[in-house]
Amino acid sequence: MRVPLSWLRDFAPFEGDAAAIAATLDDLGLVVEGVEHVGEGLGDVVVARVEEIRPIDGADKIRLVVVSDGTGPVEVVCGAWNFAVGDLVPLAPVGSVLPGGFAIGKRKMKGVVSNGMLCSGPELRLGEDRGGILILDADGAVPGAKLTDVLGIEPDVVFDVAVEANRPDAWCMAGVARDLAARLELQFAVPSTPALLARVAPDAAGAAVPATGPAVATLTSVRVDDPDLCPRFTARVLTGVQVGDSPEWLARRLVAAGMRPINNVVDASNYVMLELGQPTHPYDLDQLAGGGLVIRRAGAGETVTTLDGVERMLGRPGPGLGDTGQDCLICDATGAPVGIGGIMGGATSEIGAGTTRVLLEAAYFVPMAIARTSKRLNLRTEASARFERGCDPAGIDRAAERFCELLALTGGSGLTLADGVLDVVGDVPTPLEVAVRPSRVNGLLGTAHTAAEIAGLLAPLGMEVRPTGGDDDPVEVVVPTFRPDIRPAPMGEADLAEEVARTYGYARLPRRHPAWPQPGRLTPYQRERRRIKDVLCGLGASEAWTAAFVTEADQLAAGFAPPYVEITNPLVDAERFLRSSMAPGLVQAVLYNADRRQGDVRLFEVGSVFRLPEIPDGDGPLAVEEERLCAVFAGEGDDAWSAVAAWRTVADALGLVGWTMEQGPRRGGGARVSHEFRSAALVGPPARGRARRVVLGEVGELDPTFVETSGLVGTDGRPRRVGWLDLDLATVLDPDEARRKPLESAPISRFPSSDFDLAFVVHDEVPAGTVEATLQVAGGELLESVQLFDVYRGESLGPATRSLAYRLRFCASDRTLTDDEIGGLRSACITAVEQSHGATLR
Amino acid sequence: MSGPVDVDALVAEARVAIAAADTTEDFRHVAAVVSGKKSALVEASRALGSMDPDARKELGRQLHEARATVDGLLEARRTAIRYAELSAEMAASRLDLTEYVPGEAAGPVARGHLHLVSQTRDALEDVFVGMGFEVAEGPEIESDWYNFGALNIPPAHPARGMWDTFYLHLGEPESTLLRTHTSPVQIHLMERAVLDGTLPIHSVMPGRCYRRDTPDARHLAVFHQIEGLVVDRGITFADLAGTIETFTAAYFGPDIHSRLRPAYFPFTEPSAEFEVTCTICKGEGCRTCSQTGWIELGGCGMVDPAVFASVGIDADEWTGFAFGFGIDRCAQMRHQIADMRALIENDIRFLRQF
Repeated sequence: MRVPLSWLRDFAPFEGDAAAIAATLDDLGLVVEGVEHVGEGLGDVVVARVEEIRPIDGADKIRLVVVSDGTGPVEVVCGAWNFAVGDLVPLAPVGSVLPGGFAIGKRKMKGVVSNGMLCSGPELRLGEDRGGILILDADGAVPGAKLTDVLGIEPDVVFDVAVEANRPDAWCMAGVARDLAARLELQFAVPSTPALLARVAPDAAGAAVPATGPAVATLTSVRVDDPDLCPRFTARVLTGVQVGDSPEWLARRLVAAGMRPINNVVDASNYVMLELGQPTHPYDLDQLAGGGLVIRRAGAGETVTTLDGVERMLGRPGPGLGDTGQDCLICDATGAPVGIGGIMGGATSEIGAGTTRVLLEAAYFVPMAIARTSKRLNLRTEASARFERGCDPAGIDRAAERFCELLALTGGSGLTLADGVLDVVGDVPTPLEVAVRPSRVNGLLGTAHTAAEIAGLLAPLGMEVRPTGGDDDPVEVVVPTFRPDIRPAPMGEADLAEEVARTYGYARLPRRHPAWPQPGRLTPYQRERRRIKDVLCGLGASEAWTAAFVTEADQLAAGFAPPYVEITNPLVDAERFLRSSMAPGLVQAVLYNADRRQGDVRLFEVGSVFRLPEIPDGDGPLAVEEERLCAVFAGEGDDAWSAVAAWRTVADALGLVGWTMEQGPRRGGGARVSHEFRSAALVGPPARGRARRVVLGEVGELDPTFVETSGLVGTDGRPRRVGWLDLDLATVLDPDEARRKPLESAPISRFPSSDFDLAFVVHDEVPAGTVEATLQVAGGELLESVQLFDVYRGESLGPATRSLAYRLRFCASDRTLTDDEIGGLRSACITAVEQSHGATLR
Repeated sequence: MSGPVDVDALVAEARVAIAAADTTEDFRHVAAVVSGKKSALVEASRALGSMDPDARKELGRQLHEARATVDGLLEARRTAIRYAELSAEMAASRLDLTEYVPGEAAGPVARGHLHLVSQTRDALEDVFVGMGFEVAEGPEIESDWYNFGALNIPPAHPARGMWDTFYLHLGEPESTLLRTHTSPVQIHLMERAVLDGTLPIHSVMPGRCYRRDTPDARHLAVFHQIEGLVVDRGITFADLAGTIETFTAAYFGPDIHSRLRPAYFPFTEPSAEFEVTCTICKGEGCRTCSQTGWIELGGCGMVDPAVFASVGIDADEWTGFAFGFGIDRCAQMRHQIADMRALIENDIRFLRQF
């Protein structure tokens, strides 16, 4: 909201510089988002008459202009061409400083001295560019006159104030002034219209009191059928109206506040809204069929064409939660709609040049009803924004009276105001009484205010306050109806505590660093999630943040069949699904980098993936959300083995034991982006007495079809090999799910260890992991470690077989192992592998 | 004179030929025969020019459809053949991933980098943990109740306009959504604490949030927030202001201070916006802070009694404060990132800077 300081001064004598006032407004929660200085720096600018225009040798863009400023001829060089001899123009003489600090000095151009500058509108910060120098045609414009006198400009400051959504009362000049005056301890009052006129237009003629006409009931009628939507509706009628221009000062104020003057009737309505916060609506009474109004609920599917020329359908609930489809219509006396109550009027009864009889509506609409209708119609107006936050039902009369008095200034000599008001009052909000305990206020704010101090801080905001006794006894507060943000007790106590704090000043509130006995900490899950990410970084992977919103093609590519978790109102229609896998996003990130000659990357991401539950369960969650860690290894030479190495490092860092790899077709099917011949499910043993196996995730290589479709193709034209690791963090990081090393330490033997190597020729169908498991069992307690160190395939070994070479290390805690013992262990290991796996020692 | 072209027959022939191709080489040959420059379809199109307009129009339409059909068949076959070839290759080169020999995977590479947002989040968490906070998290898909209702924002309330919400096709219309802030975690925490009898609460809640804003240099539709909640006996606004100040100095440095000014949030009362000394000009006033010396960071306030009521906490026994701000915004401020969208591009050159 644009708030001119000059307008605020109607209500209290605000002094001081703009910056200080802006800071005070900020501290009141009326946040100043911008400060505009208007009409400053114009004090030295005078009116000058163009006497002569001469070309300058060698210059085709500038000319020498001789003007008279009332004292004599002045020669200035000018680059504008929009004026002629005899025109009156603004002259900034040498030595003057224009808005923005632009100092005018003597300048020499093309050998000609310029003794000042002729000014355009924007250079003076007076309106928009009109294609050159500002040409003056106002009365009193004579050479030598001060521009500010001629244009009636006074320096002013306009604050751009952001009013919080819960403060409808502050959404007007009076509201801002009230808060400001309370803080600055100045007396606040809304001036009467004569007092206002004495301030803004002391020389203006014209009475601000319209003559009284016949009884209003003889001219119009009002019927409210649905007071639950419109609890108060008032109508006043002005006759003999002449539609024309508003008074100069009023139009200038509207412009300063950001509104365009239209005509004296509409302007008066807008002025009142800006000044007092109450929207009003003037109708051309002669355009209302039946000469009156009916306020009623819209029928289902009823339509109305609003002022903006759009036909709108009403009376049906929208998809929004809580929308009951209850819309308030303003209709003429025949029941035909002429506007949507509190939101926008209709075109038929608009004020026009020929309007002579004006019906003025000033009403109170139920805020939630306006909010619903406005949201569903996507129609937000100055009026609806105020009504939906809650206008003051008790402020209606003052606003309507102000309108009539303002219109009386220019509404024509025959203007009369019909006697009386049609006022239909239902169940309107009434002043609220809240008992405020000082202990509660101080308990919330950390202050030590007495009851009297609290009363003193609330009273200037328009609250009626009655201390009931001592310093600690409650203060009875009567909250005026213009503060709908204050709720009944007990909530209202907190609301009023905020008011106390605002008037007192947030900056003055005490500060204390609280302490409590409970320690701060991360959960084990959070600690280990950090560790796992650090491990990935150590492996050369950088963390990515890929899109949560994906296309159907992405979902299908990742192996997920519809349906998916779908967004009702996506930003981009194609990207309307929540990702079920991070693989497409990560592959796209690799591609993005590859396109920028950064193809050699490893990336990982920790984030949520979403899917619908396999079996819909009425009581269960509507969607499954899992936090997973996914990594792609797309560096030089990367393939499944990079991912396997990464997994083993992660498992080691977390102390995961007992896990195995299940290769081949995945048990239970399920989605996969990895290829079945190059990946394995990571399966944990049942942990802590649980019967079922747990799936930790998968490791391997992305399916080349997926990689190729994604466009990640190497220089040889083949799909790039990309290692893939996908972990379900909720399982991997839960010690009850994934088995960990025991807490107890194992003593380190002081005796030397002995190694031997065994190489077996094993059929390809036998996973190396099972051979290792057999060796673990056969080696028994004395086996310290077993490590595959060589894999060899060759024709000499026979088809579909390979040699697996293991190094086994043995150690006893209480002795050095003898050669005999080692020999026995070696035989046992060989026998076990040969018998279990049909292998032969090589 | 030859009879009219039998387009159906041409398509049928092409269908048979395409189905018979089972290697890439075969396929190239078949593709040339059925849709190449010398294919019967193309030949037939060439003959159109010499026909009378009506017949030309009809045959042209048929040929156009035939062409589309054949192209579709070709594309489907091409994909199938490619899939079969890749599958065969994979079958012939299947890996036993338990055959892992240490040191044989792709060699050592330069260390990777945590995402700047993660680093920022970790740093923020660490500061708050040091101040005695636990770290709590919650789901990103929420019900209307947790995201709005329990936070004193009833349906159709105009205050909902403060959050542009992504709704999900789940359950009743607009009943399930992507959380617009981390505040629902507050509700979960308080509900649990009431149920388990484990009040007080001293927690911060970082996490990902969603708002239906078109991304620009300062906003992302998907972003990260961190929120704090303290519910204890005797907690006042002074504790809130002190906590913010301690955090500000600990995270941004000793020269950076905080100030609070009144604001409106439905879930706190009194409410405040908090600002910190502009980190660029250290409070002197610059373009970044619009000459004010202060940068707006987040919102805070005393937990609204209505919120306590919705989770069953006695507002006369317990008071509390909450605060929240953007993690991404912190990162942007601290590292002077001109355009927030750099955070989601995943350009490795960007990621490696931090």
